[in-house]
Amino acid sequence: MPAVGATLTRAGKRFLSSLPALFGVLVFTFLLMRVLPGDPAVFFASGPNAGKEEIEVIRKQMGLNKPVPEQLMLYLYDVGRGNLGRSMMTGQMVTKDLRERLPASLELTFTALLIALVTAVPLGVLAALRPGSIIDHGVRFFCALGVCVPTFVSGLLLIYVFYYLLGLAPDPTGRVDIFASLPPRQTGFLLIDFLLAGDVDGWWAAFRQLILPALTMALFVVAPLARITRASMLVSLGSDFVRTARSVGLPWWRIVVTYALRNAILPVITIAGIVFSTMLGANVLVEKVFSWPGVASYALDALLSSDYAPVQGFVLLMATVFVIVNLLVDILYGIADPRVTIG
Amino acid sequence: MTKSLLEMNDLHVTFSTRRGLVEAVRGVTLSLGEGEMLGLVGESGSGKSVTGFAITRLLDAAGRVAAGNIRFRGQDITKISAGDFRHLHGAAMAMIFQNPRAALNPIRAVGDQIADAITAHKRMPRDEARAQALGLLRAVQIRDPEKRMAAYPHELSGGMCQRVMIAMAISCNPALLIADEPTTGLDVTTQKVVMDLLTGIAAERGMATILITHDLGLAARYCRRVVVMEQGRLVEEAEPLRLFRAPKHAYTKRLVAASPTASSRIEDLVPEEDRGREISVLAAPRPARAPGTPPLLEVQKIVKRFDQGAAAVADCSMTSSAGESVGLVGESGSGKSTTSRIICRLIDPSEGEIAFEGQSIGHIPARDFHRSPFRKDIQIVFQDPNDSLNPRFTAFDCIAHPLLRLSGMRPGDVLRQRVEECAQRVGLGLDLLTRFPHQLSGGQKARVGIARAIACRPRLLVLDEPTAALDVSVQAVVLQLLDRLRREDDLAFLFVSHDLNVVRMMCDRTIVLQSGRIVEQGESRAMFDNPKTAYTRELVDAVPHIEPELAAMAT
Repeated sequence: MPAVGATLTRAGKRFLSSLPALFGVLVFTFLLMRVLPGDPAVFFASGPNAGKEEIEVIRKQMGLNKPVPEQLMLYLYDVGRGNLGRSMMTGQMVTKDLRERLPASLELTFTALLIALVTAVPLGVLAALRPGSIIDHGVRFFCALGVCVPTFVSGLLLIYVFYYLLGLAPDPTGRVDIFASLPPRQTGFLLIDFLLAGDVDGWWAAFRQLILPALTMALFVVAPLARITRASMLVSLGSDFVRTARSVGLPWWRIVVTYALRNAILPVITIAGIVFSTMLGANVLVEKVFSWPGVASYALDALLSSDYAPVQGFVLLMATVFVIVNLLVDILYGIADPRVTIG
Repeated sequence: MTKSLLEMNDLHVTFSTRRGLVEAVRGVTLSLGEGEMLGLVGESGSGKSVTGFAITRLLDAAGRVAAGNIRFRGQDITKISAGDFRHLHGAAMAMIFQNPRAALNPIRAVGDQIADAITAHKRMPRDEARAQALGLLRAVQIRDPEKRMAAYPHELSGGMCQRVMIAMAISCNPALLIADEPTTGLDVTTQKVVMDLLTGIAAERGMATILITHDLGLAARYCRRVVVMEQGRLVEEAEPLRLFRAPKHAYTKRLVAASPTASSRIEDLVPEEDRGREISVLAAPRPARAPGTPPLLEVQKIVKRFDQGAAAVADCSMTSSAGESVGLVGESGSGKSTTSRIICRLIDPSEGEIAFEGQSIGHIPARDFHRSPFRKDIQIVFQDPNDSLNPRFTAFDCIAHPLLRLSGMRPGDVLRQRVEECAQRVGLGLDLLTRFPHQLSGGQKARVGIARAIACRPRLLVLDEPTAALDVSVQAVVLQLLDRLRREDDLAFLFVSHDLNVVRMMCDRTIVLQSGRIVEQGESRAMFDNPKTAYTRELVDAVPHIEPELAAMAT
């Protein structure tokens, strides 16, 4: 199909044009980390009473005594070879750390986005179908609440209710119970790995661990998604083609779903892409509250201990994810809207 | 008299707005027989479309039938439930809308949309519905119907979209078809083809049709009976012949006079008593030009190519002298707007030369032309009076803007006097100067646009469809105004329009464009009365003239 080909070409061009931006992000983060106060050599010396020479040795080991441009060139050379450096905190290669932790964050974010979309789209549609009604006001109230309450508050609240009061949820600590056995690692997504291993009980346990943090994050992003759905649904419902659909007597659900919603969903795709990227990087509070071993909390710890390599690696990772998500949104948009391919 | 299919009794429709209830239809009583074709004519705000939407229950959420009833096959359809009405929609009554491209779902293939309309009333497998949809596309004479099944609306022309819309409307053979301005916005030639198709199908299938239109000529050509509406009321109902020969109601008289026909003159458009204080100034006979004076405008072989595509304008040459009015006509895509924009230096030609009073202006980039002293001399009146005024500028600011920018005037009493003088010349009340565009009517906005264009006393005025968005009665007044200004200031006009009757009245000479090339040019009346090329003849024939139609009907 020519349309698919055109979409892919466009996506490819978009990807290539975002490479310079990625490079910019790389250089900028590097410089930023050098400007921030705090000397990693002091931090990683054996203790507060470490001698000057000891610090100097560590500094030399880390290459911090070289001039900044040279450090940058070395860094770029390493990145080019796929080496993001070694974390001083964990003592592991940053790429390895990120590879271990990224699936946790992705699993959480995907689930949260799924929950948010499944809630927000119907809510937005309901609100748009009866603007000014009780449902509309209810949805607005719910959305305002979701935005107003910080995630660490709503997270703690959910823990209080479902773990402490009702006892429905498991300990809010990590992805699985510490005593449970992990499935053989294949994708890193526990829900998928458990399924692949055929371990239903394990899957259920992982799912129960996941649901509270995912809900917390979803609550926060339901609002923008529901509002945009409502707004574009209102435009769509008031459009000429919906009137045409009514004039030929299409059934109600067909008008709402096939005619109005399919058109209204286009801006929602764009917003969902942005929301996803934001959530992945900014869910550090949720990860902290639920002791979730994700990339965001990893990067925060690294930042607090002036551990350059993980922070730089994290920012590069987020920028890449952002580019990829935008690419996916582009492709989805091209499939959903036949008009884009020629534009 | 055939059996009555539709009867409206004292129908009232109200809209609840921020300023309270507005009555859009105030007591319409009307009946329509099976298979009859009725023309419902009126200007904007007359309630003609609202009547149509009230019948099919497609009014906006704010509108409702306040009183009266609508009987369809004897049943009062204002009382039945929404669920029951759904079975009437499409199956018993269908509608065709004004803007065909917007009326179709932009992200669904047209074949699927027609199939949707079919399956809404008949249970059948999808394949069968699509087969029927293909048959309908054939019935509305779309070329390559198999290929068009998978096309999206944006891939089709306006005329094609309207055919698809007709196919959807007739898919379940409704007894009543309501066409709301079905050809407004389409070219004259497309208009004729679509209307012929529509009336042909309606006659063939015995569908009663209500043609809602602002165009008296169109209604006269296709309808046996015409109803005129004004401000929500029926003012006159008659056969077209009688309506145009001997209109009874004052409003109908005005409307008939304002509708330009092949023989109408500008003076006749508005009846004497309505002209008010706009006293026509007797223009002094134009002094003969000294020989050797260069023409005001001389365009030589301009070419415009957009991107790598075919030339939008190819090899176009024309001249115009001071005080002369030149018409530029053609279908959409003929390059008339592009040509006019090149001449008023809003876009650059790819090739060719433009001279104004003997001085070359074609080489000045459009981007820098606002600094040229000729910017003052060449001004433009835009098509859409709404979009071409800054919503944050009052009428005063709009008119003062070119004076400040181009004539180097400073804010103060002199400027105020000059703006007020311009407003007076275009017949705009001075009390309106403080208003913002959204507080003005369409006609008033058009006057602001014209006042702005003449503020710097230009020599050449480019008018890009200046009255296309206006009602005929407003158009009549605006055309008279333009003609008076031209005589007073010895202005030259380049008048771009798709309305041949208007061009015939307004322009001394007319140039016909097709696909970017000049196919014919000459003295307006002579050319239209006696077209030399097939294309011009086609254009002339497509215009619904009232008089010849009536003559044909009378015999």
